[in-house]
Parts: sequence; structure tokens; C-alpha cells
Amino acid sequence: MQIHTTGGSALRFSSYQTDGFYDEMFEADGSSRPHVRLLVEIIESLSDGALLRYKHAAETLLLQMGITFNVYGDSAGAERIFPFDLVPRIVPAAEWSIIESGLQQRIHALNAFIDDIYHEQKILKDGIIPSEVILSAASYRKQCQGLNPPWGVWCHITGTDLVRDRDGCYYVLEDNLRVPSGVSYVLENREVLKRIFPGVFEGLSVRPVNEYPSRLLEMLESLAPAGVAEPRVVLLTPGIYNSAYFEHSFLAQQMGVQLVEGRDLVVSSGDVFMRTTKGLERVHVIYRRVDDDFLDPEAFRPDSLLGVPGLLACYRAGRVALANAPGNGVADDKVIYAYVPEIIKYYEDRDAILPNVPTYLCWRDQDRAYVLDHLDRLVVKAANESGGYGMLVGPHSTATERAEFAGRIRANPRNYIAQPTLALSRAPTIVDDHFEGRHVDLRPYVLCGKEIYVLPGGLTRVAMRKGSLVVNSSQGGGSKDTWVLAPHPTELQSQSQIQAEPS
Amino acid sequence: MMAAPKRPLLSRVADAVYWMARYIERAENVARFIDVNHNLTLDLPRHYSDQWQPIVDTTGDRAIFQERYGEATQENVVRFLAFEPEYPNSIYSCIVAARENARSVRETISSEMWEQINSMYLLVTAQNRKGLPEVLPEFCLQIRMACHLFQGITQDTMSHDEAWHFIQLGRRLERADKTSRTLDVKYFILLPSVIDVGTPYDDVQWTALLKSVTGFEMYRKKHGRISPDRIVEFLLLDGDFPRAVRQCLARADDALHVITGTPRGAFSCQSEQRLGLLRSELDYAHVEAILSAGLHEFLDALQTKMNTVDECILQDFFAQRAAPATAGA
Repeated sequence: MQIHTTGGSALRFSSYQTDGFYDEMFEADGSSRPHVRLLVEIIESLSDGALLRYKHAAETLLLQMGITFNVYGDSAGAERIFPFDLVPRIVPAAEWSIIESGLQQRIHALNAFIDDIYHEQKILKDGIIPSEVILSAASYRKQCQGLNPPWGVWCHITGTDLVRDRDGCYYVLEDNLRVPSGVSYVLENREVLKRIFPGVFEGLSVRPVNEYPSRLLEMLESLAPAGVAEPRVVLLTPGIYNSAYFEHSFLAQQMGVQLVEGRDLVVSSGDVFMRTTKGLERVHVIYRRVDDDFLDPEAFRPDSLLGVPGLLACYRAGRVALANAPGNGVADDKVIYAYVPEIIKYYEDRDAILPNVPTYLCWRDQDRAYVLDHLDRLVVKAANESGGYGMLVGPHSTATERAEFAGRIRANPRNYIAQPTLALSRAPTIVDDHFEGRHVDLRPYVLCGKEIYVLPGGLTRVAMRKGSLVVNSSQGGGSKDTWVLAPHPTELQSQSQIQAEPS
Repeated sequence: MMAAPKRPLLSRVADAVYWMARYIERAENVARFIDVNHNLTLDLPRHYSDQWQPIVDTTGDRAIFQERYGEATQENVVRFLAFEPEYPNSIYSCIVAARENARSVRETISSEMWEQINSMYLLVTAQNRKGLPEVLPEFCLQIRMACHLFQGITQDTMSHDEAWHFIQLGRRLERADKTSRTLDVKYFILLPSVIDVGTPYDDVQWTALLKSVTGFEMYRKKHGRISPDRIVEFLLLDGDFPRAVRQCLARADDALHVITGTPRGAFSCQSEQRLGLLRSELDYAHVEAILSAGLHEFLDALQTKMNTVDECILQDFFAQRAAPATAGA
């Protein structure tokens, strides 16, 4: 990267424009928000070119450390560093406490919902959700019917996607209950920023994120079959060609557990073992970063070479624990997502603290007619895809793309939903030698065992392309460190009141 | 704190670190061969210009080279041995393979080891994009030093646990293999050139052989004069020189015994039995007897035996096992 040392590289906010979007750092009139004032002061006081030098140093460091991800369908140079913007996103304590309680409520309700679906299906019998919506979900697994995972928990690790609209209000965009990734970048980004902005950390009380691996290990160990005093936890990865492989090995290393592939595991007389140089060793808990389909060819896809034959039977018998629980993706289906406010109401008897983005369900005739008429204004998503694949962003689409999606929707209405195009909030991001606003989202991570823990931080994903609303790393997205501020001692009381309000 | 008291080593992980070590050692050897040979060509008169063919022969991959490149010019040989991505034993391919193996066991090796392999990868890929190195010795030196650095980092940043001993095992066996191959090819070529005996070129060539295993200075200290018999003895049977075949096999045998926990002089598996036999054969060998029976025949048999050891290691440790050894744990 070329670093200019002339006046242009001073990186000041004086000419920064919010362009009518909700900005994470600046008010519409250009004044900085109170919780970012110290950060703005520090950035403005850096010598010319310093921030770009830091950026360059951080990128070199990431490359040397081999902190890269793989891009599918890219044969040459398949490894890239995840673009990283040095200006952190700061979340004030009061905002965070709403997010935290909203996520706890949501995860609690979703667990109750999934447990109900795989047992009595009361919510279907009571007519809250039409049965055919559930039974037609690609991620519904009839093999999981009647399963009793430890603590009745199906979503142990969640990475919920939140976005803010033009009004600054937080919405849940996706639940990501299956195998959410990205938490390693939260930890790595923090390490990089602590080296670069020690001054801000001293001045603000930023809540630490580095307890995540211990919390994760503790939660995983708590799932072990009864009577196992020293459970052996392993992390199951699809292998080095998976796009999240770095994260798998990072988390295994941080937790001190073994990283295994399917071929390392074998089922023998009802238990799961790993193959070692000294023979087979029993495994008690598997943190699996492999999709349901590839877990066990006997239970799911028979053509899969990745899985461990017989694994699901051991799981069903309570001889091994799996996190996340197979079958939990049923609540991740984008059509079922639309029902989450009703799900929360049904199981928690309260309204959702964090609202959903309004969603049109194409299988409903009326919704479909509206969607087909307004494709140029909506975002259309396939019900069972993630990672920004299978998606149409109406305002940025061509007539040909819209015609193609209209065809797909008519052919398979159950598989499509649509949402209004949100004016996602923006945050100042280094672009060449100055700051520009770029759209961001926020993915906090939630652990759920006996209790629900929300990591105070998260991955702020940035759509690096100007005007783009797609933040996925596979689509050219980058990330920012996310700083959650600790409540000021005097705020503590009002905090608990916010949490207690039924909203 | 870890919950499990001991940490058994996955067969796949043992396999990966073993090969990681072999590939790094292989890359270093190739870099040294190229460097020494380049240096040698500068000392020899023009009619010795076919000096690049023997180093292709050392690799045992002459056929692949001829099919792809034809004539053994310096440029062709360097391109083939250093950068050819399709040739699995080129420096480039070895480093890529070492890195792939390291990547699959990143949580087992230390971060420092991973970063060193990664930086070697960045070095060869950057050089590959630029084409052949302008200053060949400088490039070879960079590779060699990077490999040495990796060995040092491995020594000092990773616990000397079971995985570490598999690294030592792979590295020593690879080294024994390379020294024996070099000796085989060079001895075969050098010996018949009777016309050169006693000329400066003879000395230069034997010296180059020693240098290609960094043994020249150590040989001088021990034996002084350049003599083919003593060189064979030094490279095969020396007990102190770290690239002598006997030394390499002894250290490999030590590593294997730490891995299994079997006392020295005893065996608990095929690999230990085979390697132990080989070790004692060299411990009690006499160079005159080897030479009179034919060095090539001896080295050929040695290669076969070392390959058997490698196959036994695969069977004993890396292959998937059927029945639980410690069920009910």
C-alpha cells in the first residue's frame, strides 16, 4: 500500500459528511456524539500519516500471522486477510444493556421454541405458526424429534445480526443459530487496537472481550454426560479449506482443546472416540463447526464423506454432547424468523425487546403480490441461505436481476422473503487517505448453557464498497473493533431500571 | 486450565507434524544443493559444464525433469528445483506442503513456528512472482537461514511433548535420506574420474560434496586430508556430525523411544524394531567392508530399509486403528 505523507493523509473529521444517514460517531449537525468525544480527540491529535502507518502495520501483522480467510470459488490466491478498519465502533453502556437483555430474551424464547417443535409442537397446535411453514423448512430435521439436549438448550453459541435504521433504532436482522462465525476477529481486532490506541483504553472504560474462550469452554464442559468428572471437549472442523478454518484453530488453541476433523472421530460400542497415536480416546463434548448435513452420513446426508457415522445415535443416547444442537436451524429459517416476535410473546409472555425488521413472506399471496410489484425497493432473501448468497438488493439491482428473482419467487414462493431496504447506520471508515461513511451492522455473540451470557462486544461488519449494504466477508466486507463501555458508577441504577422495563 | 490431565496426540496431527518437519528439511537440503553446485561451477573449467545434471539425479526425479525441461542448464535446474509448483520436491512445493501441514495443526505447534513457516511461504511466493532470483546464493541463503530459524524456534517455543518428538523423528529420517542419496550420486560420479585424481579439480569436487551437507569444516577437523574413503566414513558412520546418516538414525531412534516409552535397546512395535536394527547395523559397521562390498549396493539397501521404517511409522502411529485401547476412560 502506498502511504502519502503530504497534507491529504492527516485523516481529520473536518470534512466528514453523514449524508443523512444515522452515523455511529456524529450527529447530523456534524458534532461528535458524547461517548466518542475522547476517541475523536485522540485521532485528531495524531501526527499526519500516523493512522495510515498504523493501518499498514496492522495489515502486515495480520498477513504475517496468517490470519486469513478462504474465499469460495476463488482458485488462485484463495487466502485473504479480512479487511480491518482501525476506527472502532463504540456502544454506550445504556444502549448495550438494552441489546443484552433483548438478546437474552430472544435466545431464551428461541430455545423454548425449538424444544417445543421437536417435542409437543404446542405452538403449532395453538395456531401461532402454520404447521406447513415448519415442516417445509429445509433446516427442520425430523431425525431430531424427541431429542433432549442437556439443559434443554439447542442454541449454545449464537451470533445475532443487528442493524440500525435511519432512526438509530436497533433491529434483529438474522439470528444465525447454526454455526455462527467471526468471534475470533472480535478477539484479534481488540488485540491490534490495544496496541494502537492504548490512550483511549485508559480514558474510557471499555469492557474486555478476552474472557470469551474461558466462558465458551466452561459452557461446553457443562454439557458433558452425567458422571464424567473431566470431560474431553473437542472442536470439530470441516478442515483447512473451510472459510472459517482460522477461527476453528484459534478457538481450539485458546481453549486448549483438540481440533478434530470427521476422520479423527469414530463411534465404537455407543461412544465417540478420537484416533490417537496410542489408540482410541473417548470424547464427551463436540463443539461442531460443521453443518448438520455433514455430521453423520447415517442420520443426515448419506453421500457426505466428512461426517462421523453413528454420531447422532450416540448423541441421542446422551453419550456425547453436541453444540450447537442438530436441528436448531429450524428457527434460523428466514420465514420462521418473521414469526420470532410472536414466538417471544408466546413463550415469554412479553413483547420483544429488540424488534424484527418488517418481513414479507412470499408464500402469502398478498405479500408476494406486493413484493413482485416493489422489487426495486426491497431486499429479497432466500429462506435458507446465509453469507450474503442468494440475495437481491432491489435499489442496487438491474432489471435483468429483478426479472430473474421474480421468476425464482414465483417458482418457489416458500423459499423467499423480502424486507424494506434499510438505511443502515454508517461509521467513519478509512478510505485511501480520508474518512468516509460506510454502512455497518453488529454481530454480538451469545453463549447459552445453564445461563445466558452475552459477550460485551461483537463484530462490527463494514460494507467497504461505497454505498454498499452487504457486509459479508465473502462479499468484500471488512470489520471494526466494537467497544462496549462499562456503565458509569452513577448510571448503574438507571441501567437496571431500563432492563426491568417491559418496553 | 485444561480439564483433561493428559493430552493424547491425534494420529492425523502426528502425521501432519512429521511431514511438516520432513518438508522443511527437504527444502533446506534442496537450497543447499543448489547453492553448493552454483558455487562449484564457478570454480570449474568450462568442460565441466554438465555439473547441473548430477544434482537432478540426487533427487531421484531425473525422469520428471527431462520430460519437463530437457537439458540440465543452470536456469532449467534452478527453475525446476526451486520454483516448479508441479514438482512436489521443489523448494516452493516443499514449503507450501509444510505450510499446509502446519496449518492443519496450528493449535498444536506454537504460533511462532506457524508464523515462521508462513513467512517462508511469503518469501517463496514473492520470489516466484518476480521470476528467478537475481543473486542465487542470496536466495539460497535466505531459505537455509529461514529453515534453521524454524528449527531453533521449534526447539525453544514448543513443549518437548509427543508431537515435538514426531517433528524430530521426521526431520532426522529426512536428513538421513538426503545425506545417503547425495553420497550415492556424487560418489558414483566422482570416483571414475581417474584422470582427475590428484588434480585440483578432484579436491574441489570432493570438497563440494562435503559442503553440500555443510560437512567440510567438521571433516577437516576430524580427518584433515581429502580422501574418498574417509569422506564416506564421515558422512555415513560418524557419531558426532549431525548430518551423518548414523547420527540422524540414532536421534530418530531416540525420538521414537520417547514417543512409545519403551526403554532403549528394546522395542514395542515394528517401527522401533526396524529402526533399531538399522541403528545397530551402522553402529557396528566398518567402512572398508562397505566399500569392498560396493557402496552403491550398501546405500541402495539402506534406502530400502529407511523406506520400510517410514512405512512402519505410518502403520504404527498414523493409520486409523479399529479397536479402543482405553475404553471406559
